This record gives sequence, structure tokens and C-alpha cells, in this order.
Amino acid sequence: MSLLQIRNVTQRFGGVVAVNDVSMHVDEGEVFALVGPNGAGKSTIFNLLSRFYTPAGGSITFDGHDLMKLSPDQVPSLGVARTFQNIELFEQATVLQNLLVGRHRHRKTSVLAEAFFTRKVWEEERHHRHAAEQVIDFLNLQAYRDKLIAGLPYGVRKVVELGRALATEPKLLLLDEPASGLSVEETQDMAFWIEDIQKQMGITVLMVEHDMGLVSAVSDRVLALADGKELATGKPSEVQSHPAVIEAYLGTSGIAKGGTAPVRSTAEDAAQKTGDVA
Amino acid sequence: MRFVFKTSYDADIRWFKHGAQMFWYAILLAIMLAVPLYFMATGDPYLLGEFTSVLIFAIAGMGLMLLTGQTGLVSLGHATFMAMGCYANVLLLNAGVPWLISFPLVGLLAGVFGTIIAFPVLRLHGVYLALATLAMSILTGDFIILGEAWTGGVSGIAVPDISIFGYGVNKYANPYAYYYVVLAVVLIVLAFYRNLLRSPTGRSFAAVRDSEISAQAMGINLTRTKATSFFFSCAAAGLAGALFGHNATYVTHETFDVVMSITLLLMIVIGGLGFIHGAFLGAIVVGLIPVLIANGRSFLATTFDVNINIPGLESAMFASILIGFILFEPMGLYGRWLKIRTYFELFPFYRKDMFRRQKSYLKTERVK
Ligand SMILES: Nc1ncnc2c1ncn2[C@@H]1O[C@H](COP(=O)(O)OP(=O)(O)OP(=O)(O)O)[C@@H](O)[C@H]1O
Ligand SMILES: [Mg+2]
Repeated sequence: MSLLQIRNVTQRFGGVVAVNDVSMHVDEGEVFALVGPNGAGKSTIFNLLSRFYTPAGGSITFDGHDLMKLSPDQVPSLGVARTFQNIELFEQATVLQNLLVGRHRHRKTSVLAEAFFTRKVWEEERHHRHAAEQVIDFLNLQAYRDKLIAGLPYGVRKVVELGRALATEPKLLLLDEPASGLSVEETQDMAFWIEDIQKQMGITVLMVEHDMGLVSAVSDRVLALADGKELATGKPSEVQSHPAVIEAYLGTSGIAKGGTAPVRSTAEDAAQKTGDVA
Repeated sequence: MRFVFKTSYDADIRWFKHGAQMFWYAILLAIMLAVPLYFMATGDPYLLGEFTSVLIFAIAGMGLMLLTGQTGLVSLGHATFMAMGCYANVLLLNAGVPWLISFPLVGLLAGVFGTIIAFPVLRLHGVYLALATLAMSILTGDFIILGEAWTGGVSGIAVPDISIFGYGVNKYANPYAYYYVVLAVVLIVLAFYRNLLRSPTGRSFAAVRDSEISAQAMGINLTRTKATSFFFSCAAAGLAGALFGHNATYVTHETFDVVMSITLLLMIVIGGLGFIHGAFLGAIVVGLIPVLIANGRSFLATTFDVNINIPGLESAMFASILIGFILFEPMGLYGRWLKIRTYFELFPFYRKDMFRRQKSYLKTERVK
């Protein structure tokens, strides 16, 4: 059975149908990418998974649990972690503190015990710090460990947000545009990390990404979405050459690029960029 | 195997980052403990009384700092919780409950009361929460009048002395012992504050303050976290209120008015929001400025025979100092200190905009 199963989910905002009868499933251990033009409904699917919205219809099950029965703060306890398209970090806290907040679902001590800071709390703290420190090592964040988020450059924040999600020790990692705004080198790093997350940590990844180079480099399957509707699902190369997908991109930003299918062209120069990854 | 790293993690968890820091706080504590000796020697405990008031305000300030500075919930009604603590304490003492029991109980009661009050207003954000708590603060006096049978209403009520195992502590009869009682409460509240901050609870406060949406995505229950913050915040305010009552020895419906609520908020803003030091620095400013103004006035009168008798001068000066702070040093006194310290640490490499928030550039969320 699939780890994540979305069936006939529809989400409306007033007159806008952001997600229209979408069904998809993500299997354990794969990297699954959602692609599509702006406003396709990709982030809305993430927000549905986080239970920030309740869909007008359909069902979502994760790891045998009906997500519809949970509130947003209960979803992480099943092992779902996420990042946000617009980076939602805790600005006035340090990098380490942000990662430690990621450990919240593993909290075993009561408020009262924490007020007295009992031995048990102390041991738990050590344990959380050990886990956070491993994430810091993995993502090379040592230099920023005790820095406030408020002063960090954009690229580092993106990595910290990934780290905070990893600190939760998730089964499923939702990444909303992990490479947007990153330089070529930073995107390369991100590609390596996503591979390690999948292969070494055994975490399933569902990501939204516009950078087709990154998508074809790391993902096993891709779902293309436009106007809330599913266009095609399959291997990255299949989806990119799918007529409906080319059509969807041509119908929006593609025309400006002189008629060539932009999905292809982005994919090609990106393939050179991350060629060694693929 | 996790204990392999024990020493380095413990260094992060401990109250003090390193030996030098601990040394300076030990010195500070020693000074605090020795202060009454100085006044005993001079035989004039007037200033010690002012000192004690500052500490009482620091307790209330820590309470409000936890709520506003750490959790991001603005309250313009904390005098209400102080009133709650004060009157509960008086009632318990008058009913014959020993002070050592009534006092902690007052903290608990004020905490529970605050949590109950919190639930209906928890859905409010920012300025709406501030307004709701302000309304509560305005109504407090009326409720005290309504409860005349218990509170003495307009004519007020006398606050019994503190009694510890039969040893009576009164602000006038025994200012030195009174100071030590207050100092002990400060240290206890401080210990709880620091413990909460270095544990998951404190981090969930910061998470709720900085981003409710990602706090939830990390598994933090917003309602529970805010209610917890209200509990500890109001408990500290209640304790401060009880001590304030002992300090005033007599309280009426006007003691815990809106001005006190506003002063408390100003206090932590001036001290530096989000820093525990801010509660103390703010209390010092708010507590000592009126003293300085009064002293300055009598100094002018006695030395130069200049009599300044403009009504409301003190309030106006006080207010302008507060406004100046909020305009020119939004990080508060503690923020100013951090800047000065960084300046010396990095000398001569300090840059003027070091503390300015860096803009994070986002190329675009849209496809190029
Ligand atoms: N909270 C909301 N209220 C109203 N409309 C919304 C809301 N969230 C999303 N929408 C609309 O739903 C549609 C899908 O938005 P969504 O953010 O899911 O797109 P996306 O695929 O993530 O696009 P992008 O690539 O720009 O991030 C858009 O038309 C958007 O305006
Ligand atoms: Mg989006």
C-alpha cells in the first residue's frame, strides 16, 4: 500500500477551484515531484496535507491514518514534515533553537517537569540536542548554529528550514520549492541532500519544484498539474514530453520564449547544470 | 552512547554559558544580598524601599515578558492579575491561612484565573488581544467595587503582614527582612522562567510568537501553548500583586488601575522585549525615574532655591522618556547593551548596520 494516498480531492477558494478532483499516491521510499505553472494548486495540495484547509470532497490517508480526522498540529506526529514556499522560520530564535522546535513531536516531558527541569528533562534535552546536531552536521550548518534567523541570508534560511523538517525525523518530507531563489551551486547541494535523504535516511519525499533540472535529477515520478487538474503522471522524461504538459506551459509563459516548449528548454540547460547528479 | 557528547550539550543546557558569565551573576547576586547591609549602616532604609518596589515590578515584568516577549501575546491588562493575586492573598491571610501557604496558592490561583480568562481571548491576535485585555483592565476597578464584601470596595482593605513561622515581616517595621523575602521570590520566579525557556515549552512559546503556521506544522498545539504561557505569566503577576499589596499595606479599587497595566507593558518594551534582562532593566527605569525626578526637584529647591511647581511635570517627563525609548531604541535597554558589547568585542570592526535586519532576497516565486 502507498504511504500517502490522495483520492478525488477538491479545494475551492470562493470561485477559484484551486485543486480539482485530484488523485495521487506516493509510495514509500520514492521522491515524487509536483510540477505545474503558477497557480496550478501545488502549494494548496501541501496545505491540504498539513490540514490547514479542509477539502470540499475526497479523502487523504497517510500510513493507514485518515488525515481528515486530525488537526494541523496532529499531522506531524504521524511523521509528516514540511517546508514552506515563503520560508516560515522562527525569526527571533537561533538556528539550533529552530531545529529543536522540530523535535517537538518527540517531546516526552510535561510542562510541570520542565518548570522544575527534572533529570528526565535534562536527559531529553541532551537527546534532542544530539539529534539536532546530527542535522547540523548533515547540512553543514555549523557556522550558523547560534545565529539568529533574522540575520541570515536567504539561501541559508532555505537550508535551515529543510533542517528543521529533518529534525522531526519524518517518514514523509514535503518540500515546497526547495530550490527557488537558490544559486546554481546551492541547487546542486539541495539535489545531493534530497538524494541522501531518500537513499540513506530512507525518507519519502514529496516536492513541488519549478526547476526541471532538479526535478529530473532527483525524482522517481512526477505529476504535472495545471489549473488544479492533473495533466500527466509518470517518469520525469515522460511527463516533460507529454503533449498536455507542453500545451499547459505554452499556454502561459511559454509564448514569451518564442514558441519552443519551455519545459524542454529549462530541462535541457538544467540537465547540463546538474548533469553529474543525473 | 548519547553521553559521549555529554559535556558539550550540557554546556548549552546549563543556566550559564560559561564560567565567566556565572562569575558575574554570582557577583551580582552577592551585591543584591549585601545591599541591605549598606542601608543598615546608614540607618535610612528609604531607598531600600524603592529598591524593593523595583524588584516587585521586575516579578510582574517577568510574567508579562513571558507572555508578550516570549510568546508574542500582548496584554494591556496585567494589573488585573496583580489585583487578583493581591486580593486573594489578603482574603486567604484574613481567613487564617499561613503566608507560606497562601502565597504560593495565590500564584496558582492567579495562573488558573488567567488561563480561564485566556480561553475566550485566545482567538484574538495582536491589537485585538491588546484591546480585549485593556477592556478587562478598565473593568477591574468596577469589579472590585462590586465585590465590596470581600474587597472593601472604594474604602479599601488593609493588607495583613507577612508572617513566616511566627516571624512577622512588615515593610516599615522590618524593611530588611521584607527586601529578602521579595528577593527570594524574584529568584524563584527567575528559576522557573529560565527552566521553561530552555525546555520544549519555552521553544514552543517562541515558535508561536514567530510563526503560528509553522509552529502547527511542527506539531505545536496553539491553544495549549498560549494557555500555558498565560498560566505562568498570570501566576507571576499574581505573586507580584500579593507582594505589591504587602508593600502598599492598604489597597483600594484604584490601586491596580489601567495606568499600572500600561506601565507594565511599557516597562518590558523599554527593557527590551524578549530578553529576561529587559524585565529588570525596565523595572529599574520605571521605578527609579520618578525618584530621580523628585530628587532633582528637591535638589534644585534646596541648593539653588529654584522651585519648579508645574503640575504634571513628573508624568510629562516620565512619558517623554518612555516615548523617546520606543522611538529611538526599539530593542530596548538590553538591546542597546548588546550593541555596545558587540561594539567593544569587535572593535574596530563594528559596522553601523550590524543589528539592522538583513533583507532576504527571493529571486521570485514565479517562473522566470
Ligand atoms: N488561501 C487562499 N485563498 C484564496 N485563494 C487561494 C488561497 N490559496 C491559494 N489560492 C488560489 O488557488 C490557486 C492555487 O494556488 P497555489 O498556491 O496552490 O498555486 P501553486 O501551484 O503553488 O503556484 P506557485 O507555483 O505560484 O506557488 C491560485 O489561483 C491561488 O490564487
Ligand atoms: Mg506554491
